[in-house]
Amino acid sequence: MTAETAPRRRARRVTPDSHSFPTRRYDLVKEFVVALVVVVLLTVVLAAAFSSPDEKAISLSTWAAQAPNDVIATATGQLAGTTTSAGYGPPYNTAATGQMLGPLPLQKWGGVRIPVDSAQDLVLTPLSRVTGNDALTAALSQWNAASSDQQTQWATAYGTALSNAPDGDPKQVASGDYGPVPAISAAFLTLAGTGGLEGSLTSADTFFGADQTRPLLLISDGSYLEDQARARNLGGDQWGMMNETGNYPGQPWMWLYTFWYQIEPFKSSDNADALVWGLMMLLTAGLLLLPFIPGLRSIPRWIPVHRLVWRDWYRDHPRRR
Amino acid sequence: MTATEAEGGTPTWTSRTRDRVSRTVPPGQWLPDRQPAYVSSWIYVFGVVSLASLVVVIATGVVLAMGGVNWWHVSSVGHFVNSLHLWSVELFFAFMVIHLWGKFWMAAWRGNRQLTWMTGVLAFVGSIGTAFTGYLSQSNFDSQWIAGQAKDGLNAVGVGAYFNVLNPGQMLLWHVALLPLVLGAIVVIHVVLVRRHGVVPPIDAEEGDAQ
Repeated sequence: MTAETAPRRRARRVTPDSHSFPTRRYDLVKEFVVALVVVVLLTVVLAAAFSSPDEKAISLSTWAAQAPNDVIATATGQLAGTTTSAGYGPPYNTAATGQMLGPLPLQKWGGVRIPVDSAQDLVLTPLSRVTGNDALTAALSQWNAASSDQQTQWATAYGTALSNAPDGDPKQVASGDYGPVPAISAAFLTLAGTGGLEGSLTSADTFFGADQTRPLLLISDGSYLEDQARARNLGGDQWGMMNETGNYPGQPWMWLYTFWYQIEPFKSSDNADALVWGLMMLLTAGLLLLPFIPGLRSIPRWIPVHRLVWRDWYRDHPRRR
Repeated sequence: MTATEAEGGTPTWTSRTRDRVSRTVPPGQWLPDRQPAYVSSWIYVFGVVSLASLVVVIATGVVLAMGGVNWWHVSSVGHFVNSLHLWSVELFFAFMVIHLWGKFWMAAWRGNRQLTWMTGVLAFVGSIGTAFTGYLSQSNFDSQWIAGQAKDGLNAVGVGAYFNVLNPGQMLLWHVALLPLVLGAIVVIHVVLVRRHGVVPPIDAEEGDAQ
């Protein structure tokens, strides 16, 4: 041991055993029971005063009734492969690599474990189960007989024509070679309007349809759901992840996660989700391992909030002030 | 010397378990009726009140679960129980965050209490995950929108391939069974560690202060 290191070691602070301090009476059970009664009363008062939000989910028939042009455009986009889900990548398909966390393709590594072919699974297969509609049957036959390039050409042309039409109204689309796409998308709107589309997407292969992956991907591909959410201040750039409908607190404990989406470079990054997740994992690890991180673990010594917590003890032990 | 050795018998699995439990938290430390004199501040209340809130969260959640997925959408009683569940969760988080900040400013990891701090952080993170799956299980507009938004974050890091937020059946089971079990176990370990090590002494207190 050198002369220089010896005093440093002696100066190292050792926290004494809490069981060797003078004690005072403390009724833990009474404290817990009183706390429980107070929490129950507070909960009942808050629930009675403010209730809780429960706005109905948007059904696909509501979507068809309220935004028929959006349904037509979404169905056409699925056929053209231009919707978000069609070009998503893992875990739904291989249309894209997905987001990167630096050099790490974590999304790709997750794999395609929930396969969804947007055109086939979300539009064509549900329509193929419709019976008694000769025009639809003929349109589907024409679609299935065409080459992949021809299909894409028809759907892309119709999608462009829809986006150029006033309000995306299919009745006002300029004439062109769209093949069977107008008939297919119109039949899709009809099916959605009947309320039969949900069942066709969730429980066509199983009586118990507990998995809403397909209908949620479908409605998220349209703009109506997002429009409704933004009208309620739930958009991603409106701190939406932590809010809920109405004047309710939502999930304020997610403020830091949501915060990163509001600022650059995350806000405009193509890898925003991966970057925010990576950063939050790093920060969470920092919080978890705080006792071992020099500097950070000393902050409570530098900013003496603890003087308030233990003010009685420091008053009785002035040499520690 | 363990109780088994003192009795002079061959150790059994039962006696070893009993000895292990006794070593972890010695008799008298489970429910002591005295605390160190420095335990004198309102900040100490927030640990207990967080625990009490968790009890109310679980109790109201159990009642909701008994009614089934759609009960609270069609019944005024069910809706009130849902409101109780929601507000108890809000209180639980509010108290837990105050408890966490309090323990930070007290540097409560001192004196070999690092694991106590770490289990507390894990309980906090686990609670966020549990609450999140609750929001996904509401089967209303909120869960519809939150699921659509959340999938992108989870998919971006490969988690969504296994933890599918668009599948309310999977989310509900995580919410009512898996996550509460994990969270409950973490909280039990946290409380055991608190009782084992006792309440952290004031910063700069020294051996001479303990008598």
